[in-house]
Order: sequence, then C-alpha cells, then structure tokens
Amino acid sequence: MITEALSLVPKAEAKQSMKDFKSDQEVRWCPGCGDYAVLAAVQGFMPELGLARENITFVSGIGCSSRFPYYMNTYGMHSIHGRAPAIATGLATSRRDLSVWVVTGDGDALSIGGNHLIHALRRNVNLKILLFNNRIYGLTKGQYSPTSETGKITKSTPMGSLDTPFNPVSLALGAEASFVARTVDSDRKHLTSVLRAAAEHKGSALIEIYQNCNIFNDGAFEALKDKQRALEAVIRLEDGEPIRFGLPGEDGLGSQGVFRNQETGDVEVAEVTAENAGRVLVHHADSPSPTTAFALSRLADPDTLHHTPIGVLRSVRRPVYDDLMADQLEDAVARKGKGDLAALLQGNDTWTVAG
Amino acid sequence: MTSQVDQVDQSGQEPHHGGGGAEGKEVRRLDRVIIRFAGDSGDGMQLTGDRFTSETASFGNDLSTLPNFPAEIRAPAGTLPGVSSFQVHFADHDILTPGDAPNVLVAMNPAALKANIADVPRGAEIIVNTDEFGARAMAKVGYDSNPLEDGSLDGYSVHQVPLTTLTVEALKGFELSRKDAGRSKNMFALGLLSWMYHRPTEGTEAFLRTKFAGRPEIAEANITAFRAGWNFGETTEDFAVSYEVAPATSAFPAGTYRNISGNLALSYGLIAAAQQADLPLYLGSYPITPASDILHELSRHKNFGVRTFQAEDEIAGIGAALGAAFGGALGVTTTSGPGVALKAETIGLAVSLELPLLIVDIQRGGPSTGLPTKTEQADLLQAMYGRNGEAPVPVVAPATPADCFTAALDAAWIALTYRTPVFLLSDGYLANGSEPWRVPEPAELPDLRVRFATGPNHTLDDGTEVFWPYKRDPETLARPWAVPGTPGLEHRIGGIEKQDGTGNISYSPSNHEFMVRTRQAKIDGIEVPEVTVDDPGGEAKTLVLGWGSTYGPITAAVRRIRRSGGAVAQAHLRNLNPFPANLGEVLAGYERVLVPEMNLGQLASLLRARYLVDIVSITQVTGLPFKAERLANAILEAEGGPADDH
Repeated sequence: MITEALSLVPKAEAKQSMKDFKSDQEVRWCPGCGDYAVLAAVQGFMPELGLARENITFVSGIGCSSRFPYYMNTYGMHSIHGRAPAIATGLATSRRDLSVWVVTGDGDALSIGGNHLIHALRRNVNLKILLFNNRIYGLTKGQYSPTSETGKITKSTPMGSLDTPFNPVSLALGAEASFVARTVDSDRKHLTSVLRAAAEHKGSALIEIYQNCNIFNDGAFEALKDKQRALEAVIRLEDGEPIRFGLPGEDGLGSQGVFRNQETGDVEVAEVTAENAGRVLVHHADSPSPTTAFALSRLADPDTLHHTPIGVLRSVRRPVYDDLMADQLEDAVARKGKGDLAALLQGNDTWTVAG
Repeated sequence: MTSQVDQVDQSGQEPHHGGGGAEGKEVRRLDRVIIRFAGDSGDGMQLTGDRFTSETASFGNDLSTLPNFPAEIRAPAGTLPGVSSFQVHFADHDILTPGDAPNVLVAMNPAALKANIADVPRGAEIIVNTDEFGARAMAKVGYDSNPLEDGSLDGYSVHQVPLTTLTVEALKGFELSRKDAGRSKNMFALGLLSWMYHRPTEGTEAFLRTKFAGRPEIAEANITAFRAGWNFGETTEDFAVSYEVAPATSAFPAGTYRNISGNLALSYGLIAAAQQADLPLYLGSYPITPASDILHELSRHKNFGVRTFQAEDEIAGIGAALGAAFGGALGVTTTSGPGVALKAETIGLAVSLELPLLIVDIQRGGPSTGLPTKTEQADLLQAMYGRNGEAPVPVVAPATPADCFTAALDAAWIALTYRTPVFLLSDGYLANGSEPWRVPEPAELPDLRVRFATGPNHTLDDGTEVFWPYKRDPETLARPWAVPGTPGLEHRIGGIEKQDGTGNISYSPSNHEFMVRTRQAKIDGIEVPEVTVDDPGGEAKTLVLGWGSTYGPITAAVRRIRRSGGAVAQAHLRNLNPFPANLGEVLAGYERVLVPEMNLGQLASLLRARYLVDIVSITQVTGLPFKAERLANAILEAEGGPADDH
C-alpha cells in the first residue's frame, strides 16, 4: 500500500512481516496494559505500508506510552515531556524521505506539550500522531490528567478534580487539523483501519486511541467495550454513510441516528423512524468545513462517554508544511541561483587594502 | 582628554587649509573621531548611523560602532526613555572600541541632548536641531530654562541649526506635507556630518535609491535633503572647519574588506559552517531581541539550502533543531538569555543523545526580561551549568563583531567532531556593533565534513556484526552519527540513561557512573587552542584576562596603561568550556590576575574554583560596554598603583 502521502519514502525491497518491526527490547509495560494491543496493531500494520524500515522513525515524549519507540525496530527517539511534536517537526521538515510517527499520551500531548501539538496540527506537518488517551497519569502513579472527568478522585485530588476535561478530537479540530480520528485499543480491526487511513493522509494526522490503564484507571472505557453497552454508547462513523448506531431497527441498521437540529444547526441523537430515516446525517470526513465534525465530537458525554463517535471524523487535503518549506528552497534557487558562499561573504560594499 | 584639539596634537599633524570639498575653509586632520547621533526613536538615528558607518567603512578608516536604543518600538515622542542613539568611532589607525566620549553629539531634540550630554566632554562639538527646542519639548524633559541660552553648554562648541526648517525648505519642490518633508531631517544631518568629515556620498545615494525603489519621489526627497545638508556645511559660516581622518591603511593586512555587525557575521558563519560540513543548515528559532536578526538573515538565504523554522516557542525552536540534527542536519537554535532558560531541558536531552547542535545565545541584561536591547555577559554560568544533572556543554565566545564569523565555525567544528550541543555566547554589544572585516576566501575555511555511520561497528561474542549507537571513537569519545534512512543501523536513543555501547535503557549504578564520567571526559578532552598572552616587555606582574565582547575595551585600556609606562599582560578566552590546557599555568605566572566582566564575576568564580587563584574581579552591569579610560583606571586601582586623576 503506497499512497501519494508516502511517495517520497523509499520502499522495502523484500516482503516484511510483523516480526521485522519488533525490536530486541523486552516490553516493560504493566501486564494487561492497553499499550500492548496498540503496539501489536502497529507492528502488525507496518508491513502493509511496504516502506523501507530504516526510513521509518518513531518519536515520543514522556509517559508510559512514550516508551513505544524502544519496541519498534525502526529509528526512534524517546525525547522529553511534551516535546515530541516539536522534535518530529524538525525531523519531518528536513527529511521528507522519512515516515515520521509521534507517540504521545493525554498528559504529554495535552498538558505539558499542548502548545506543540496544536501548532504541529495547524502547520500540517507530515506527522502521524498516536495519542494514547487513558485519562490518567500512569507513569507518575495516578494523578488526574487533562482528559480526566471532572471530580476525578486521585492521589493529587482527594476531594475530586476541578478541571473541565479536554476532548482531544474537538481540540484537534479547533487547531485546524486536516486529519482527526478516534479509535479504541481493544478493537484491533478498527484501530488498524484508522492507522491505514492516517498513513494514507498527506499532512498531520491525529489519532486518539482510548487506552485502558488497568492499574490507575481500569475500566475507563468499559462503556465502549462491553458489547451490549457499546451498541448504545458508540457511534461508528463510516465515510459517506448515514450516521446510525444502537440496536438494529426495522431496516436492519441502527435504531438511533444523528440528525441536524433545524433550529439550532447543532447535531443530536434521536430514534430513527420511517419518516425521519431520510434525514439522518450522512458523514463526510472530507467536508471542507470542520463544523459538523466538531459538532459530532461534542456528542460524547465527557463523564460517561455515552455517544462517543469513533472512526475518521475529518480528513481533508491542504498544503503540507514540509512540502511548502522545500518548495521555498527550490524557488530561492530558481530565482537567485544556488548559493555562492564567496559572493555572499563579499557583499556589495567592499574596499581593498593593498599589501 | 579626548577633545579634538588633543587628538590633533597626538597625531603630530598641523592643521592645514584647503582641499576636500570645502574650498576656502579650513581643513584639519585628525587621527580619530567619535560621533554620536541621538534623537527620538522615530527620528531614524540608527539608519543615519548605519549610513555614516558605511561611508566611513568604504573610505577605509578603522571603525567601531555602538547602537543604543530603547526596547519600545516607539516610546512616547520627545521623552528621555524614547531616545535612540548611534555612536561611531573611526580612525586612521586600528581601534578597538566605539570610544568613551563623543567628540561630536548630534542632538535632534531636547531629550537627546539631556540624555547624552553627561557623556560629552567640554570642548566637544554639539549640533542641535533648534526647531525642536520649543518650550513644551524642553519642559517635557525637565529643562527649566533653555540650555541653548542659559550658559549650561558653555565650553562646548554648539552649532544651532534649524534642521527641520532647512529640510522642509530644501524639499519645497516636492509634493510633500511639511510633516513628511520634515522626516528627511536625519538625511540632512547625515549630509552635514558627511561634509564635516569628508565622507564619500555615492554609497548613501545609491542606498536611498534602492531602499525607496518603489517610491522614487521619496528617494529623491531624501537625496535632496542629504545633499542640502552637505551644501549647508559648505556654505554656512557656522561651520568654518571640516576634518579629514585618513584611511587606516597600515592597520589592516592586505585583503578585501567590508563592514560587518556581529549578528551578520554570525549568520554568515553558520551558513559557511554548513557549507564546509556539506550538511543542510536547519535553524529552529523563536523571535527574541537581540537575536532575531540572525533568524531574519538566515531566512533570506534559502538558496543555500537553509531551512528556517519560526517555532511556536523557544522550546519548539530547539526541539526542531534537535530533530533535524537527528536527521543529519546542522541544527541551530538562536536566542537570548530568557530563551536559554526555556531550552534548558532540551539542551540536556541533546547532551544525553550526544547529537551535534548549536545554541546561539545573544546575551542581554537580565534577570528575567531585564534589558532586552542592552548588553551583558551574565549568561556564562547559565550556559555552563543551567541544566539538571551533570550536563557539560562546550562554550565558545566571540571577541569582536567580526570574530562572530570564526566563532560560529569553531563552535560547529566542536559540535560535529564531538557530537555535542555547543553554546555560542555572543552579546548585544557584539550583535549590533560593527567593524571592518577581511572577507575570507571559502578556500581558507576549515573542512568540517563528517562521516555518518554506514554499517555495523561492533562484533558480538557469537560473531554477529551489530551497530552500537553508543560505541565511541577512542580518540574523541564521540559516538557514531547514524541517520535515519541508513539500512541496518535502526536504533533508538533517548533521555533515559543508556548502557555504554548498546544504548539500551540501563539503570545500573556502575553504568550510570561510567556514562556520567565519560560524557564529562568527552567535553574535557575537546581540543581547544592554547591561550596566548600579550606581554610585550615580559615584565608584567599583572595579567588582565577577559572573555567575549570585553576584548575591545580591555585591549584599549591595556594600551592606555602601556602608553603611560605601565606594564600589564593581557590574555583573552574564546573557549570557556573546556578552558585552554595551559590556562592554569598562565594564571600561576602572575602576581595578580584581573578579570573584567559585564556581570558580577562569573568567569572569576569559575577560575577561582578551578585553579585556586585569587582573581580580582572588575565588574560592570550598566547594559553598556566598558569604557577604556574607566577600565584602565580600574586596572590601575586594582593593581594598587595610582589611579589617573579624573
């Protein structure tokens, strides 16, 4: 699978397997951690891209998920807290022959590194950002995070946290992201489909991955994982399809649908009937305006995660920063010729001292 | 002692008449002159000074400049905080500083006069724009009476010139409002000073035509004002004398010269370093005074393959530079003290990753926001120690504006050879000051090419060939630089302590001890040139040791002392980490070691700690460079000898 997004990255000579992407390092996450599932999904998906392994780089910040690069048999950098998008920006914009992936968490990306995340997204640097959201600080042993629900009781908030949480998808859409998706660690098939869509996208891609921390925030996404409850809680988005979910209705599709409120313009969930079935909102990830994607991202209840949309919320084409930067260099050479150091140093205003 | 009459005596030249463009008027020959242009921030004083400097450079004088301006872009008009000035010192011999005391002050308004008069010795010439000396303007800066009339300027040679009126009059043929025409008064003043000092004028006229290429009317108006100023000098009786300062032919080795500021020289040094290393240059930076000019300059040279990335903050600036370095670029970040504080954690990461990186710190007055447009050397300890853990970073400090070019190449050589972040410590004085520079041929520049790792570098016990990212070069202790895209060398690096050789995460006590000591040994082992001592008689008991931008003032002060029969030795440090290997021996060879610094004694502390020498600190934190005369006196006082009367 080679798309335009990866056209500058050299291809693998031989067929690859999942094993090729496993490093020799012992994986040191807690047993039962959701990170294992994501790692396996990524290692399993990589051969599909068919890229030269040496041209793939994973850059991470600090936190449990940020140990990820050590386990990938590619180039990798485990950097400092929050700064992975900035470091990856320097790498991606100077080396367009690389496929650059950022691995980060809710604390890393949205708290200490919030500034770098939003600016990488608005610039549309060619980075694939995997945001592992477990709604807790794991590596520092259980403080509330910027995605924790308000009132969260943790070691640092014995009387409950006071902050309103970020919705990472809403945040990314507000930051002009050209690709935003959400998936869940335990749904390997969905996770892989989202990774595929992100890899095919040219520019920044933000993938929020709901990831269970079985030590400090176990069951945080249970509402989305329990088969029965998930039917009502999860809204699966398919591009070009009416947005329906819930127990099957008479037509075999979900009995619940997302509709646009004609008065407010907002979107809302309602029972699908024979009369209104034609008015169910059809999902268009490539809609030029992010307005509807944003409205969809707000359907989720921040406390219960009821009505959480998953899938690709937005995927639009717009100029990629790395290309624009390279174009300017080419333009400058076309206009002024390749740099001549002697002429530069000499300048226009010299005088000569005779010996 | 710096009045012009004294200088004529010193030069041994008799005043003579005739010649130049001032037929019938007296022309005196001087060996050096210090002029200060001062006005409102909006009066164009920096431009005026720059142009006078360019004229002077192309004439072949040695020169040194000191721009001095407020941090506010347009401080309230006519106020003391809004005064902007530009001092230029030029001579027929080699000079080292912008000069202590102006021989000529151009004061465009009462605020400029009031803010600068204390620096101007009696006997000097003062040219004032009388149009601005209205009652309100004078009251605004606290003049109870008119200084032009109340005798307070007795002893000065005051030229009262209605600069605005004359400019407006000269431009009446142009369709400009009085206000717009008056804006060209700085060019009128420039024309007048150009006449007084026999400066060539073609350069300024060409400059104005280029600058206002899109508005020929404005270009012509400025040129007309410039010429009117020149003609005014030639015809009015108020200016009876003009001055010649001969080119400084003997001061310079043969070669092609240009005038250059520190920030421009540093920018060129970075471009040259990348070319010599055959690596793309990647600048990650966030705007900050007084470093932004480097970002501006580098962004103009994309045809050299230079990528400039204006980041969202200081941390992202260095982060991007480090990311590019991981990818095989010459990564650079430019900033000033507050930005260094923000970058500290990433510098520590670069120490741990052992990747080449240049951190350019154009120091300014601190702490905190401090004095954004003024100079200081108070980031030395921050550069040395401002990180968590044992995180040694080499430090290189240029001595003069032109030396910023060479210092950038030196810093790049260290970074690339030893795979380490390197601090380049310039400051506001070097950044904005300028001096003549002999333009080097690219062939003279050092070869900075590096070898990326291309294959395995280690054989395991079982015979397997592997790549170890932390297996070091036995001589330099540098680790291999294996860039992404190299097959077979896939590896992971990070800020967590790593095992020697393999680079795998390791928390082993003995490995950590080994790695900390090895990183330190790598920096300690960097080859830096020995420090040389200037001690002409060989009898000096006192050594004056400086670093960075104090080179000019210290050298000028030492020359003064020697001229009056004193014996002092002088040495200057360009490498502050590691110190030159012979430094301890040099320090031990003198009874007294004096260290002048624009801080409260940071180098002195380092030297005391390292060499157990009882250093005498001479410090100044005014936001301005040392003045040679005061520094000479401070050296004599510290020596215990008699101080000059002053």
